[in-house]
Amino acid sequence: MEPKTLFDKIWDAHVVQSVEKGPDILYIDQHFIHEVTSPQAFNGLRKRGIPVFRPERTLATADHNIPTKDQDKPIRDELSRNQVDRLTENCRDFGIEYFGLNHPSNGIVHVIGPEMGYTRPGMTIVCGDSHTSTHGAFGAVAFGIGTSEVEMALATQCILQPRPKKMRITVNGKLGKGVTAKDVIMYIISHISTSGATGYFVEYAGSVIRDLSMEGRMTVCNMSIEMGARGGLIAPDDTTMKYLKDLKSFAPGFDWDALLSEWKEFQSDPGAVFDRELEINGSLIRPMITFGTNPGMGMAIDDTIPDTDSISADDTPSFLKSLDYMGFVPGMKLLGHPVDYVFVGSCTNGRIEDLRDFARVVKGQKKAPGITALIVPGSKAVEKQAVSEGIDIILKKAGFELRQPGCSSCLAMNEDKIPAGKYAVSTTNRNFEGRQGPGSRTLLASPLVAAAAAITGKVTDPREFIRQNN
Amino acid sequence: MPKEKFTLLESTCVPLPFENIDTDQIIPARFLSATTREGFGENLFRDWRYDKSGQKNKDFILNNDRYGGKILVAGKNFGSGSSREHAVWAIYDYGFRAVVSSFFADIFRNNSLNNGLLPVIVPEKFLENLLDLVSNDPDRKVRIDLENQVISIVPDGDSVQFEINPYKKECLLKGLDDIDYLLSKKDLITAFEKEKKAKNEN
Ligand code: SF4
Repeated sequence: MEPKTLFDKIWDAHVVQSVEKGPDILYIDQHFIHEVTSPQAFNGLRKRGIPVFRPERTLATADHNIPTKDQDKPIRDELSRNQVDRLTENCRDFGIEYFGLNHPSNGIVHVIGPEMGYTRPGMTIVCGDSHTSTHGAFGAVAFGIGTSEVEMALATQCILQPRPKKMRITVNGKLGKGVTAKDVIMYIISHISTSGATGYFVEYAGSVIRDLSMEGRMTVCNMSIEMGARGGLIAPDDTTMKYLKDLKSFAPGFDWDALLSEWKEFQSDPGAVFDRELEINGSLIRPMITFGTNPGMGMAIDDTIPDTDSISADDTPSFLKSLDYMGFVPGMKLLGHPVDYVFVGSCTNGRIEDLRDFARVVKGQKKAPGITALIVPGSKAVEKQAVSEGIDIILKKAGFELRQPGCSSCLAMNEDKIPAGKYAVSTTNRNFEGRQGPGSRTLLASPLVAAAAAITGKVTDPREFIRQNN
Repeated sequence: MPKEKFTLLESTCVPLPFENIDTDQIIPARFLSATTREGFGENLFRDWRYDKSGQKNKDFILNNDRYGGKILVAGKNFGSGSSREHAVWAIYDYGFRAVVSSFFADIFRNNSLNNGLLPVIVPEKFLENLLDLVSNDPDRKVRIDLENQVISIVPDGDSVQFEINPYKKECLLKGLDDIDYLLSKKDLITAFEKEKKAKNEN
C-alpha cells in the first residue's frame, strides 16, 4: 500500500462520496456550534422545515458574545442577549446538548471540546469558527467553516469540501527557558506569512512538538489559520493518550477500548509524501511579540521592527500603513515600550497551563500602576482548576482579578474592549486593526510576556523574571 | 433553496488596493450580533468608512461618489482571518457580486461561493494593472464571463482566464444550493454511517 499522511488517512475514512470534478462529501463526527455563527443556519432549517440530522453529534456553547462578569445576571446588551436566547431556543427545539451560560461545562468552544472529551484522535470536527484547528492537537482533522456549511452539517452531518494540499512543519531542537508553544507558532507564522500555508493542511512534527503538553499543542494548532492553513494536526502519542485517560468527563459515545486499539494507526506512514515540507530549528526561537496588524508581523521580543529596506517595494505601503496604525516606525525597538492593557485568555492561551505561566511570573510581584489587566479563563473547568490551585489568590495578591470565562477581549464583542490608541499585550491570536475594540493596538505574545508586561507596565523580556525568580 | 444565478457581469469597479484585508475589517465583530443574514451591508468596512465620531470618512473610496459598481477589486490575500460568513453577506448586501484579487483566504472563498458572490483569482500583474486603471478611471468597466471563465477590461483592455471548481461553477450558473444537493444524498449518508459503525464494532 502507498504510504499515506495522517491527514489523508482520516480524510479518506470520512469520504461518503466524491463529487465528479468537485469536492468530497465529507462526514463530520463532531460539530460544535456557538451563538454568533449558528442562528442563520437554524433559520435555514426552519425555512426548509427539516430537523437536525444527527443532533447527538452537535454540541453547543455560548462564548463569543457573553459578559465575563456577573454571568448570573441577565445579559445587559439587548442584541447579545437575543443572540444567546436564540441559541438556547434552537438547542431546545432541535434537541442539541447545550453548555449555556452558567452551565458548569460552559466555556470557549475550543477549550471545552477537548477538556470534556469530545475531541479525539481520528475524528473529523467542524465549527463555524476559524480556530477549530485547535482540535487538531489530538490528531483530528478539524477546521473552521462558514454559516452555510454549519447549515449543511446540521442538515446532513456532512459538508462539501475540496481536499486541501498537505504540508509538514518539523520543529526540531529544544526550546530555551521562557520560550513557549505560543512563541513556536508565532515564530513559524512570522517566517511563512499570513498566507504562507493557504490551501494546505499542516501536520506539525519534530522533537519540540513532541515535548509540548496537550495545552501547548492546542496553542500551536490553534494558530494554524493565522498562516492561512485550513487546519493543523499533530499525531497522537503517549501524551495525548494520557491526557484523554485523565479526563474527568467523557463525552457520550467515547469508546476508550476502540480508541486504544486504533490510535497507533493515526500517524503519517514513513515515506508519506507532503506537498511541502518545512524544517525549523526550535533551539533558535526566542520569546516573540507582534508589532503590526497581522499575526505574520512578529519578531523576537529583543529584536527591532524591520527597516523598509528589508520589505519588498510592493509590500511597503501595507507595511507602513500597519505601523502607522500601531504608532510605530521602522527600525524601532519594542522592549521598554509602554503598555496600557494586558489580556490573558482566549482559545489560544486561556487554558490552565497559561494561567499557571502567568501566575508563575506575577507571584509575589505587584501589578504596574498604569496597567489594566483582564484575566479570563477559557472555561468554567479552567476557572475551577485555577481556584483549586490557588491561582486566584496569587493573582489577587498581585493586584489582578480572575474573571468569568468567555471569548471576551479576543474579539471584543462584549464590553471587554481595549480603548482606541491603547496598547494591549494580548495572549490571543489576532492583532488586526480594531480586533480588540475600535482603534485598539494589539501586541500578540505568550502568557509569560503578558505577565512581564503586567508587572513592569512595558514590553519586557520574560526571561529576566524567570532567571530572577526560579 | 435556489439562489440568484451568476452568468455574466459587466460593471464598473471599486478599487481597494490594500493587501491582507481581513474579515474583521470587512465587518467588525461588534456588528455580528444579528440573527438574520440581512442588513450587514450598512456596516461593510465600517471602521474605514466612518471615523470615531461616526462621521463619514471622506478619503475612503466607498464614500467617494465617483466610484461604484458591482465588482470589488482588492489587494492580495483578501478575506483572511475569522470564518465569519457575515463578511460575505456584508459585501453582497452592499451590492457587490464579484471580488477580484490575486489571492483569497480559503474559508472566505468557500463562503463566497456558497452565497453567489464570485471570487475571481487573477495573476498579480493583471491585478496591479486593473487597480491602476480603475483607480484612475472610475468609469472603466470590467466584464466577467463565468461560463467561459474569462475576465476582461472593456472595451479593448486585457483579458485573462480564471480558475473555478467545475462543480461550484455549475452551482453558480444554475443558482443551485449545496444543501439541496446534500439532502438528496441522505440515503448514501445513512449507508455510510452504518458501514462505519459496523467497522468500529469488529
Ligand atoms: S477566543 Fe477568540 S479566537 Fe477563540 S473562539 Fe473566541 S473569539 Fe474566536
